[in-house]
Amino acid sequence: MAYLKVDHVDKVFSRGNRETEVLKDIQLTVEKGEYVSIIGHSGCGKSTLLNIIAGLTNATQGCVLLENQEVNSPGPDRAVVFQNHSLLPWLSSYDNVRLGVDKVFGKTKSRAERHDWVMHNLDLVQMGHAKDKRPSEISGGMKQRIGIARALAMEPKVLLLDEPFGALDALTRAHLQDSVMALHQKLGNTVMMITHDVDEAVLLSDRIVMMTNGPSARIGEVLEVPLPRPRKRLELAANATYLKCRQRVLEFLYERHRYVEAA
Amino acid sequence: MTIALQKYVEADAVPVVPSATIVALDPPRPSFVQARLIPAAKEWAARIVPPIITIGALLIVWQILCMKPGATLPSPSRIWVDAKDLITDPFFVAGPQDIGLGWRILTSLQRVAIGFGLAAVVGILLGALVGQSVWAMRGLDPIFQVLRTVPPLAWLPIALAAFRDSRPSAIFVIFITSIWPIIINTAVGIRNIPQDYRNVAAVVRLNQLEFFWKIMIPSAAPYIFTGLRIGIGLSWLAIVAAEMLTGGVGIGFFIWDAWNSSRLSDIIIALVYIGLVGFVLDRIVAFISNIATRGAQAS
Repeated sequence: MAYLKVDHVDKVFSRGNRETEVLKDIQLTVEKGEYVSIIGHSGCGKSTLLNIIAGLTNATQGCVLLENQEVNSPGPDRAVVFQNHSLLPWLSSYDNVRLGVDKVFGKTKSRAERHDWVMHNLDLVQMGHAKDKRPSEISGGMKQRIGIARALAMEPKVLLLDEPFGALDALTRAHLQDSVMALHQKLGNTVMMITHDVDEAVLLSDRIVMMTNGPSARIGEVLEVPLPRPRKRLELAANATYLKCRQRVLEFLYERHRYVEAA
Repeated sequence: MTIALQKYVEADAVPVVPSATIVALDPPRPSFVQARLIPAAKEWAARIVPPIITIGALLIVWQILCMKPGATLPSPSRIWVDAKDLITDPFFVAGPQDIGLGWRILTSLQRVAIGFGLAAVVGILLGALVGQSVWAMRGLDPIFQVLRTVPPLAWLPIALAAFRDSRPSAIFVIFITSIWPIIINTAVGIRNIPQDYRNVAAVVRLNQLEFFWKIMIPSAAPYIFTGLRIGIGLSWLAIVAAEMLTGGVGIGFFIWDAWNSSRLSDIIIALVYIGLVGFVLDRIVAFISNIATRGAQAS
């Protein structure tokens, strides 16, 4: 039985009497410990899909099952790393992580244990040194690291990443991708990531879910990435399997489902 | 090239002087007075001189205008003679109704503190309700929009009828005057909480109370403080008017009393006091706001 199952999900947005079907009959299963990326052109509804899994948006039809339990409201078992970090600017890095930790482990862990747990997670993303800094005092990459620490600290069953590196420059992005890969290796999280970066998808994922263009976006194709882990960015650059996977995704995105401007 | 060569030859010709000790002289170090005090004084003077000059000029014009025989208002020199005790000693007590303006201001401030404090608490709560719930907004907003245009003093007869006492009535007028901008600004602030913060709260599963304290209040703080600043200004405006009608010890009643006994100089001194206190109140709220909202802006 699948760990996470998206079962025949449709999503229709209605504004007034106009209805737009964004997602149509999405079916997807994710196994425990798997790293799955969802890729598609902008506006294809991949963020909507992630929001449905997170429980921030409700599906019009169908449902999401996590360990065979239906989930339809947000919760820490499906922690989200948001695209624009979404740290609370009036809290320090430490307090941003602590907010979730206190809520999730308030009853099961003592005060000291929770403190240690926050510090442990900050150290995991190499941000222990910035624990007292406010979000406005640290760089974009550092903010995103704190965002990841906040999500990890809730010990989610599924970690949802919503274009986590989209707002970062290329070098910082590569650095953070390596960190996420190392964390996935170490902790064995189940991860679902939204992205529009082909290299990122191939490098990080076990499977890549490619979505067709909206409206009524469907899953067009699912590609297995049979590369062994740990993966090294530099070695993969010339790896035949890597290049083949990359080619497949590119073909899907730019030949068969070319982005139609303002369709 | 040639010059260098020449120099070399010359240097060679000159017998080497046995090592002369070089005494390094410290560059003249500016004293503390020169380095710090004088620039600071200059900076200070640059700020303080213009207002002194304009105030001085105003006083002179005023003096000239009101020196003519038959002038209806007292000149500054006249005020100094008439009301010297009020200016020099704000805290004298010479009898139950003959006390310094400082005491009267404190009495008025106490009323403002109670009225404004209540308005702040109720205003923020109501504003949060209106900002958070569409139903509450649709139900309450029309009422707020109509009531907020009612002038403060129009509430006084109703308050007097309801409380049958002047003291709570004055406080009620302060309350009802200052609450509207607090409600409206808080509601706007709450409505402007970014969806991101709401999502974070939803994922973490904050309950209503935690959401109020941990997300709403800090996120809306800049708006709330704008409302509080407008509110404190309005309540200081209202207290003088309310006290004129309700009597008692406050600064408003003092003005009314002085007018009834034709002590124009006292009134002018009282106006200066009111202006200065109003200014200080505004600054205090602004100062607290600066501290409290530090870092609240998203980056």
